[in-house]
Amino acid sequence: MQTRLRMVLPDQELLKLYEQMFLSREFEESCAEQYAKGHITGFLHLYSGQEAVAVGATAGLHKDDYILSAYREHAQAIVRGADPKRVMAELFGKATGICKGKGGSMHLFDPSLNFMGGYAIVGGQFPISVGLAFAAQYRGEERIAACFFGDGAVNQGTFHESLNWAQLWHLPVLFVCENNFYGIGTEVHRSSALASIHKRTCGYDIPSEKVDGMDVIAVYKAVKYATEKVRESGHPYFIEATTYRFRGHSMADPAKYRSAAEHEVWKARDPLPNYARQLLDESIATREQLDAIETRCRATVEAAVKFAEESPWPEDSTVWEDIYV
Amino acid sequence: MSEMTYRDALNLALKEEMRHDPSVFVLGEDVALYEGSFKVTRGLLAEFGEERVRDTPISENTIIGVSVGAAMGGLRPVAELMTVNFALLAMDQIVNHMAKIRSMFGGQTFLPMTIRMPGGGGSQLGAQHSQSLETYFMHCPGMHVLYPATPADAKGLLKSAIRDNNPVVFLEHELLYNSKGEVPEDPEFLVPIGKARVARSGDQVTVVGYGRMTILALQAAEELAGEGVSCEVVDLRSLAPLDTETIVASVKKSGRVVVVEECWRTCGLGAEIASRIYDACFDLLQAPVKRVSGLDVPMPYSRKIEKTCIPQAETIRQAVKDVMSGRY
Ligand SMILES: Cc1ncc(C[n+]2csc(CCOP(=O)(O)OP(=O)(O)O)c2C)c(N)n1
Ligand SMILES: [Mg+2]
Repeated sequence: MQTRLRMVLPDQELLKLYEQMFLSREFEESCAEQYAKGHITGFLHLYSGQEAVAVGATAGLHKDDYILSAYREHAQAIVRGADPKRVMAELFGKATGICKGKGGSMHLFDPSLNFMGGYAIVGGQFPISVGLAFAAQYRGEERIAACFFGDGAVNQGTFHESLNWAQLWHLPVLFVCENNFYGIGTEVHRSSALASIHKRTCGYDIPSEKVDGMDVIAVYKAVKYATEKVRESGHPYFIEATTYRFRGHSMADPAKYRSAAEHEVWKARDPLPNYARQLLDESIATREQLDAIETRCRATVEAAVKFAEESPWPEDSTVWEDIYV
Repeated sequence: MSEMTYRDALNLALKEEMRHDPSVFVLGEDVALYEGSFKVTRGLLAEFGEERVRDTPISENTIIGVSVGAAMGGLRPVAELMTVNFALLAMDQIVNHMAKIRSMFGGQTFLPMTIRMPGGGGSQLGAQHSQSLETYFMHCPGMHVLYPATPADAKGLLKSAIRDNNPVVFLEHELLYNSKGEVPEDPEFLVPIGKARVARSGDQVTVVGYGRMTILALQAAEELAGEGVSCEVVDLRSLAPLDTETIVASVKKSGRVVVVEECWRTCGLGAEIASRIYDACFDLLQAPVKRVSGLDVPMPYSRKIEKTCIPQAETIRQAVKDVMSGRY
């Protein structure tokens, strides 16, 4: 039984979730086009299919809460409020990019939004999240550090060390595992002895739960509940959101290790059309309203591409800048 | 001889050594089913099966630690770290364990293991994925460090590495995988560890390179030949042990040197080489040793500025002209 949406959030908020998911998808698919055209280079890991996790989770967090992620983080940054223009410009390597063209797709950052970075070393964000939570606690701030990571990352030493640490020091960390069942070409049961990832936290006595990561409302509710627990208890909490990436690991990966049948099963669970149907069924939106949202998102992404195209390249001398304070 | 890519030459070396010695096995992230992030291990799982071609969790320090243990236990592991950048997560097992164990235990054991690591910059992968860490490994005694520039050396050196009874760090450049060259078919073709190669003969300037830097040095040398400057290009191949003899023999002939290093300049291997040259033949030099290095900056993503951080054929050409004209 799906929850009746109006029992969860007001209509405006419900529509905003749709808009954020649609914008994320449009942005990612546009990135794929720009990559094919050679405007975006390097590694490009797209988020298509996983939108319900970033959108639902971000909605469940406070604006003051920190967010950290890995390299598949465009949507997380944009949903948190990063300007799609400056994110696209970053992917193009332009001076107007969110990190001045120095970071690229895998390294978005915007401290004004408490978006504390995309990290490309698997597992790098765990201890940094713990440190941010510690700083918040130390300074008497009410913030949580929300740490997003994949199913593949849980076999790094930093995962275990950080879980232990966060619990030991009673730190407000929300761990969110985006289990899309693959780390590049390796399926989760081939890399983890205990493939049910949320169960791993019992070794650290951290409460955890598993949630349907294709259901934006389920993710929202789980994160909302978890953050209340964290704020109340001051202890960490762990969420495993099961999801699926519709594309390969990166643009270089044709994803031949997944069967077409498996792909179809998950495609049928695509959070966008499914959530749209829910909004229509419960008369929260009309088709025209959704169309208007979709048109607006497309225009935003088009404007982002145009901005990126027209932006200047960074000057060579900038390579010496911003290394030391 | 047959023409093949650097990637296929490495692949052939792995296959030949696995056929040659049943104690050789391959492990790493996505090396089996996915056939490697850079497809160097293509076909290995099909030919040798799951026992000998093993996918691992994303646990770099333990990939190397398990390799150390397996080597101590009588196997000959060939570990792949998906890229050299991730070796930094394994530095504990590499530096504190692998490189120390034989000496620390009084020579009572040995570790016949190889760690393959693709790396280098130039693909717009940003600061965390574009590093050239060769000097980090060279700095540490107790292991060999190899870095082939050509498909033939890729094959011959990897085979030697696998057969060698010392731990070997084997560096591969991501931008060389598709480069082609003639490779000996002989399954007993080996390239000796510790021997540099004169990749081009000349007598006015010695250009020392390794890995992709050798390829750029050769391009520069070709252009300079057209301008009447004769360069000898020494391809190090083996960074540790470093073949000082071959370098010095060339410098004695030319009296001028340009060392090209992709790594950061500070404490880069060019400094070590310059120092060895000064020790060996200072009085024969007609100019100070000139270094062309990666800039001392975290690698930026943007292709526009990434280029300025990595040595280019053009910067090497300019450096050679500088030493020729007394502009150091
Ligand atoms: C330390 C380290 N090892 C290996 C890699 C290469 N790598 C990049 S992504 C990845 C898989 C990660 O899978 P997962 O955590 O499930 O995240 P997903 O890509 O599915 O979002 C690997 C092995 C890396 N970036 N860092
Ligand atoms: Mg995954």
